[in-house]
Amino acid sequence: MSDLLITDVRLIDPAAGLDAPGSLLVRDGCIADLGRFDPPEGVPHFAGGGAVLCPGLVDMRVSLGEPGFEYRETIASAAEAAAAGGITTLAALPDSAPAIDDPALAYLLRARGEETGSVTIHPYGALTRGCRGEDMAELFLLHEAGAVGFTDGRRAIASARLMRLALSYTRPFGGRIIQFAEEPSLAQGGCATEGELATRLGLPAIPAAAEAIMVARDIRLAELTGGAVHFASVSTAEALALIRAAKARGLNVTADTAPPYFDLNETAIGNWRTYSKLSPPLRQESDRQAVVAALADGTIDAVASDHMPLDADDKRLPFAQASAGGTGLATLLSLTLAQVHGGTLNLAHALALLTARPAALLGSPAGTLAKGAAADLCIFQLDQAWQVISGKLPGKAQNTPFDGRALEGRVVATFKAGRRVFG
Amino acid sequence: MSQLRHLLAIEGMHPPEIVQLLDLAESYALLNRSEKFQRDVLRGRTLINLFFEDSTRTRTSFELAGKRLGADVLNMSVSASSVNKGETLLDTASTLNAMNCDLLVVRHDQSGAPALLAQKVDAAVINAGDGTHEHPTQALLDALTIRRRKGRLENLTVAICGDVAHSRVARSNIFLLSTLGCQVRLIGPPTLMPAEIDRLGVRVFHTMAEGLRGVDIVMMLRLQRERMTRGLVPSAREYFRCFGLDAARLAFAKPDALVMHPGPMNRGVEIDSAVADDPERSLIREQVEMGVAVRMAVLDVLARGQSRNV
Repeated sequence: MSDLLITDVRLIDPAAGLDAPGSLLVRDGCIADLGRFDPPEGVPHFAGGGAVLCPGLVDMRVSLGEPGFEYRETIASAAEAAAAGGITTLAALPDSAPAIDDPALAYLLRARGEETGSVTIHPYGALTRGCRGEDMAELFLLHEAGAVGFTDGRRAIASARLMRLALSYTRPFGGRIIQFAEEPSLAQGGCATEGELATRLGLPAIPAAAEAIMVARDIRLAELTGGAVHFASVSTAEALALIRAAKARGLNVTADTAPPYFDLNETAIGNWRTYSKLSPPLRQESDRQAVVAALADGTIDAVASDHMPLDADDKRLPFAQASAGGTGLATLLSLTLAQVHGGTLNLAHALALLTARPAALLGSPAGTLAKGAAADLCIFQLDQAWQVISGKLPGKAQNTPFDGRALEGRVVATFKAGRRVFG
Repeated sequence: MSQLRHLLAIEGMHPPEIVQLLDLAESYALLNRSEKFQRDVLRGRTLINLFFEDSTRTRTSFELAGKRLGADVLNMSVSASSVNKGETLLDTASTLNAMNCDLLVVRHDQSGAPALLAQKVDAAVINAGDGTHEHPTQALLDALTIRRRKGRLENLTVAICGDVAHSRVARSNIFLLSTLGCQVRLIGPPTLMPAEIDRLGVRVFHTMAEGLRGVDIVMMLRLQRERMTRGLVPSAREYFRCFGLDAARLAFAKPDALVMHPGPMNRGVEIDSAVADDPERSLIREQVEMGVAVRMAVLDVLARGQSRNV
């Protein structure tokens, strides 16, 4: 196993409230010491050059192309993109082909993650067989096989009865239900957020209320059952207000969002830009501002990439026919840092949203610089400028909605269990 | 004249560009009525009518316009089945490039499809109706028809009635008429009005009695049967009772108000035959005639804008 001495870094560990200059020592792939200590002799050395060192990022919402859509992305290519983005742990959505609705498939995904040597894959279990929204999958067996939560991925759990049963059934073993909050009958066929722009473009639209209605329903069901519900990729002011109120009442309700929802608004789809077609759709500016506010006030627990690899052929279609989704692994950190540079988030909070908070939601040991923890580390220069260029991003999938975006803050090295996997 | 490369949408066009097209179309309208008429503006040019959606009148109108200007005109109907076989719009684009097409008229059931094609083909692309987005030549022919009968467009009040939500004709007309100084009103049930449509500078009404008061032009839209099966309107008879145009409803408008319809009409659903066929009040026949003239003008201008000489 690897030994390593990293010096001249700004150590930030949101879980421990640490933000101090110093060094970090890795022994046998684990963090042996950090801060100020006498450097041992004969250990390989990495000079940090004043960069920030934080726990490797934990991305709690990722679609992998594998299994089923290897033409879009393989686990190996996703791992490459993740490493370049400082991500060392990710949670994979189960709506692949086949869906992760069987314990063997959950084991398989974990093993495939280990094979990469650079990223831990925590599988989500399919809530229903085939993610079809009908019969519950074997949730306890999936839980035993390492599933970190249950969801039908990018499909909403439409039936209120099923949601109630799932919240009740999983409560004894602490299974969290991850909901894609979009009322399907209101969203049907829609591909842009409802409002003036969609009207001008003549696109079928999804009202913001489709999200709020689902959130309101599921908060009520969480209250009824005592179960834990987590809302993914929350994008509207209305839904965030409901989540804020539910948290204030002490309910077991959590939420994440993804960079597009705090960095872009609906105008990004102008000129029929299908690379900006996402699910949920990019919203109006007032919603974007509400997401920014909810990041700052703690309503949102985590920032996830909501990575969705797609091929050019999935996107080069008339807008309504193009597939929804964007890549996000390589840009997750930098886009979150844009909020820090913009003054809406402090750095420690931003990093907590990317490390300790999602790790806690997943029940993962990752996301910390505690002594004895695996040395999964991200080192980044806070002020280094770069530009997102579709076609030149790491990994196979290039469908970023951020093509051309100038960013400040870039990963310079990523370590998995003390081994350098990027930089 | 204009630097138009494609005609994809009315939104974003400037008043002088529109007026120039209308003026040229007006002269073609006069020429079309004269006995002897031969033009070779488009001689040696290839015009392809690429229709992914059924349409008789628009396709025929473009075909006639192209032939009157001397173009070689081909009609390609692409059925849904060949799309299902996996041929994409961009495959079609590369086929068309190989054929050295100069002018490409596209109708598609998807909003934005002509804009996507325009990025990939060498030809000048004319949007002949895309999904629920726009139908620019329809708005141009409507404006020309109004201008010829009323002598102007400024300060006229035009009511567009019916299924605005699913109408590309309505969108193009809203953009064009308000750009040229008309007051535009929309009348229809709330289920057929798109969100925040009032932000396009129009006034929205939900009864014919209110909406038609004092208008100069009543523009009816076609209500597709599908709207009823999808539950947006309970039945044809209820729709006609509330939003159909008959002589009694037309009496709410100005005494000299004129009636328009982009066709094809659903008689008895959105319009009563007595109104549709009244030569004093109905402009529907003239709209068809102006359609050819407007499309000649559009083809002419776009062909001039092309660098490639044949």
